[in-house]
Amino acid sequence: MIDWLTEPLREPIVVRSLIELALLSVVGGTLGCWIVLAGRAYSAESLAHSMLPGLVGAALLGLPLIVGGAAGLVVGAALISLVGRIRLLGTEVAVSVVITSLFGAGVLLGLAPSTPAGLNGILFGDLLAVGTTEIILAGGFAVVVLIVLVVLHNTLLVTGFDRRQALAMGRSPGPFDLVLALLLAGATLVAVQALGNLLVVVMLIGPAAAARLLTARIAAMMALAVAIAWAASLFGLYASYHADLAAGAAVTCALVAAFIAALLVRALRDGFRGGSRRRGRAAQSRGLPLQSRRA
Amino acid sequence: MRDRPLSDKPLVVCDRLAARYPGAAAPSISSITCEIKRGNRVALLGPNGGGKSTLMRVMTGELAPSSGEIELFAGRPALVPQSERSRLDYPVSALDVALMGSVSRLAWWRRPSRADRRLALESLRRVGMAELAGMTFGELSGGQRQRVLVARALVQDSPLLLLDEPFAGIDAPSAELLTVLFDELAAEGRGLLIATHDIEQARSWDLVLCCNRVQIAFGRPSEVLTREVIERTYGAALVALPGDESLSILPPHHHDHGEQR
Repeated sequence: MIDWLTEPLREPIVVRSLIELALLSVVGGTLGCWIVLAGRAYSAESLAHSMLPGLVGAALLGLPLIVGGAAGLVVGAALISLVGRIRLLGTEVAVSVVITSLFGAGVLLGLAPSTPAGLNGILFGDLLAVGTTEIILAGGFAVVVLIVLVVLHNTLLVTGFDRRQALAMGRSPGPFDLVLALLLAGATLVAVQALGNLLVVVMLIGPAAAARLLTARIAAMMALAVAIAWAASLFGLYASYHADLAAGAAVTCALVAAFIAALLVRALRDGFRGGSRRRGRAAQSRGLPLQSRRA
Repeated sequence: MRDRPLSDKPLVVCDRLAARYPGAAAPSISSITCEIKRGNRVALLGPNGGGKSTLMRVMTGELAPSSGEIELFAGRPALVPQSERSRLDYPVSALDVALMGSVSRLAWWRRPSRADRRLALESLRRVGMAELAGMTFGELSGGQRQRVLVARALVQDSPLLLLDEPFAGIDAPSAELLTVLFDELAAEGRGLLIATHDIEQARSWDLVLCCNRVQIAFGRPSEVLTREVIERTYGAALVALPGDESLSILPPHHHDHGEQR
């Protein structure tokens, strides 16, 4: 058993992957909570996919993936805002059209005979190829995310709860939306080397969504999301090592499994609490007639 | 009515105020000429869609006037929005929501201080919610949530409070508690603009503003609340209940204001 745990750690590749995943867990767990609460999961996913042509282009030109990804993000965001202006289509349609087009273009490029092999690595990441540069980048970004989220905590809390009320209290949500979007773009960029274009979103959404099901306060939600992300990463990486699975995919599956487990825990807890909570609420209101509540 | 001096200091003055939403052909409100002073409880009467919420949005600065003037003498008023708009899936406690009122006084990078926390707890106590301060907001009843939103406005600590149908869809004890609280707040020298559908309640307050896209009347309830004004305010929705001397208003869709999530 001890061997099962320690053996992988003799491999520097595995240790580097674990460090990278720990840093991405911090980013995904904390930032992901605001993305889930703001209902931005769909934009997170779209943004990640819109980088594909940029990533493939970078691979073709021999540039670092992060440069191509950044270019892809800018193009994607610009196209979405352009198409989003067509009044007949909703924003959601505009996003879908742009993202699928860009994604298709990326795959076309990636499968062209002259492209070096490696579309797999771009789509699914190459966790075990993570080097010192990626770790430094992820570490630096994690620090930035933590600082920004601590400084903006109160504002994000208020604007997320009720945008119009925030405005009525003199706090315009616009600039803070932008900061959140920039952090989101940064996170997808930083994580793409490790988890790939298709899987990067799971780190941002999965742990936060799971934590949302199990907590009733934002700080607890963030802490739990980071813990879930890190635990699932560990589990996925060990499973990948011992069962010889693709590392990124194993981590992704573990994150999804954690979400499903959270769903089950929540369902069980609601089942148990159903009766006792109703009694508790009646007692708390001390005879006040409780309004009927839609479930 | 209680015996207390009405201070002469105005909190807000509107002069032929009109406001239009971006892209709308006609203004949502126009010809609003009124004045709210310290100690005033002002009922804002009007049908749904008559511009009550719009007037409040102009007063908070969310919507700019399209013509006329509005002058605020004591800073940004505190708005209590319709509680059915609140997010119930948000991971915050009643205390967290009350504390949100402090952002109107804080710079964007600041967090609420201990003093803000004390004020939030004190405000929750005033609305009878101190014992439930730790409850998750979404798990409270409609009346309890409304009281928490009033507490949030108290934390904003503005002398002018705008309450958008605070009595809609809440239980009788909550409604009684709020009525008493509003009297106290006015006695402390705050001004209150309260959107309501209850004309009898409006009669017990200091002033009435009747508004159906344009201002119909503004003044003391005894002078303003005539049959003619009420009919013009509510259109054809005026109903005389059999066996009842006083007029009753059945505003359209009033029953829809029950508990909504």
